[in-house]
Amino acid sequence: MIANLELLAGYPVLGLDLILNGLLIGAVFALAAYGMALVWGVMNIINIVQGELVILGGYIAWAAVGAGVPPLLCVPLAAFALGLLGWGLYGTVIRRIIERDLFISILATFGMSILLQQLMNQVFGADVRTVDSGFGTLSLMGGMVTVAQVKLFAFGLALLTGVGLWLFLSRARLGQAIRATAQNPRAARVLGIDTDRTYAATYALNAALCGAAGSLVVMAWTIHPYIGLQYTVRAFMIVIVAGLGNVAGVVFSGLGLGALENLAGFVLGAEFQVAFVFLLMVLVLIVRNLILSRRRSYLR
Amino acid sequence: MSGARDWWLMAALLCVGIVAPFLFPALVAQFAFLWLMVVFALSWDVMGGQMGYNSFGNILFFGIGCYTTAVVQRDFGFDYFAGLGAGLGLSGLIGVGAALLIGRAILGLRGHYFAIGTLGLGIAAAEIAGGWHYIGAGAGMVTPVFPGGVDTRNLFFYGLLFALAGSCFIFLRALYQCRFGMAINAIRDNEDKAEAMGLHTLRYKITAWCVAAFFLALAGGLAGNMIGFIDPRDVAFAGATYGVWMVLMAVLGGKGTLWGPVLGAAIFHLVQELFWTYLLGWQRVALGGLIVLIVVFYPQGIMGWLRERRAGHAVRDGEAQA
Repeated sequence: MIANLELLAGYPVLGLDLILNGLLIGAVFALAAYGMALVWGVMNIINIVQGELVILGGYIAWAAVGAGVPPLLCVPLAAFALGLLGWGLYGTVIRRIIERDLFISILATFGMSILLQQLMNQVFGADVRTVDSGFGTLSLMGGMVTVAQVKLFAFGLALLTGVGLWLFLSRARLGQAIRATAQNPRAARVLGIDTDRTYAATYALNAALCGAAGSLVVMAWTIHPYIGLQYTVRAFMIVIVAGLGNVAGVVFSGLGLGALENLAGFVLGAEFQVAFVFLLMVLVLIVRNLILSRRRSYLR
Repeated sequence: MSGARDWWLMAALLCVGIVAPFLFPALVAQFAFLWLMVVFALSWDVMGGQMGYNSFGNILFFGIGCYTTAVVQRDFGFDYFAGLGAGLGLSGLIGVGAALLIGRAILGLRGHYFAIGTLGLGIAAAEIAGGWHYIGAGAGMVTPVFPGGVDTRNLFFYGLLFALAGSCFIFLRALYQCRFGMAINAIRDNEDKAEAMGLHTLRYKITAWCVAAFFLALAGGLAGNMIGFIDPRDVAFAGATYGVWMVLMAVLGGKGTLWGPVLGAAIFHLVQELFWTYLLGWQRVALGGLIVLIVVFYPQGIMGWLRERRAGHAVRDGEAQA
């Protein structure tokens, strides 16, 4: 660990490489976090199955590429497939837990995540998968900093989706209905909004965002049936830091998390990177709560 | 359920517990696991059911117990039984110490933040154990070989786990009947009001967590030795199996009741054995489906369902009389 720190101090350009790659992956984390913030804010459900939806999106992109679909087309394809799945999940499970207490929704979505993990393991196999997107690699500063172009593409797409989501929520009819339902479901119902359909659309939109994120993950990094929970925790952490209903905040805390995690993975060693992510989440929770407790308040 | 009926049930369970291993000698290991599950469900319910703090990371203390006992057995150079005893003692101490240490910080969180914070703790512990070479890293640890045959070994651990489950039950029963039980129930029902009434809520919360941690750490020390191999992710900090099971068993039986976790553990253990035997490869798919079903359709559990039915009868009887 000390040796790694010395290495980093001696070659700052190495740190630049780590931070740059971290920022790029952070944008993809933010993509999954938009969805989580949406479901949490509108339906008051913490969607533990989020990460599995991301990984499933990755597997769908992987299967589509295997079937001969060009990689770039896989992003909308995975988003669409997951959107359908999200609609189905809403109809079968989510609508039944929407007005129950949070413990029930956490446990139910946790059950769904365990189910999906092994299902993916059975259907797609336990191997680590990745997809060759056909992009090259960008070399900067005489080869000291390398960036795969697909990561830049993922970064751009994640930011664009953020802007699109913001426009959708503020301008589109359905987006306004979603925000109205989030503010006060009863009032929204009185005013003629079909809240059940709005919830279904919200959950499907969340799943579609996860699908897009997953297809980017499989192109730029790797996926595995059992790593979904990491993405859930990252999304959760980003949402707690950014707060609900704050798309720009989600982007910035996503980028920050990506950079921090990449640096920590280098300094502590790759075997502790996941532990770092989870401990960081606990730390973020505790610190936020300590700040609130000075005002005799707590996280709600 | 209280008073005389409680004692009859406890006496009956004591008889069953003593007779079962001699009636079904082939199933002793299964029965031992059943008592382990009872400890899991009971100790989870202290926090989750009675106090309303739904922890998804209690597996942390189980893992601490597993590793502490194994390290004492490996490094202290005692013979088998002395090593096990010393290991268990130290496990209990370190488990409670860890609960004290973490409790101050994390028990300030409430509701779902607490649930997810503890989930993170449990997984972080698994990852750290998986990378820490002193305790075998990803390769895990092997506990010393029991001096004696397989049957004696199973019976030995059966007896210890049965005693642990029994003492856990009796201790919690006494705890719930005194002021402490009322205090943690008050915290569950309305923490702000409990605090306004002058209860030092944080102290109660930490104590409850220490109780759960103590029993789980002892269970961990015993289970690690009974299984014989401590894998960081699949045995010690097995969040996806033991960690979820303890929540599920308590919910299935009826959380916040004394007998609910025991009943839930017994039923769940049977179901889980069937899944793991007949649906191998798909067992988690089945389990995940089961979790969703139970939680969505029977969130009040078996005891809650029984109580509701009885309450329904009472109401109807009352109406008939009127």
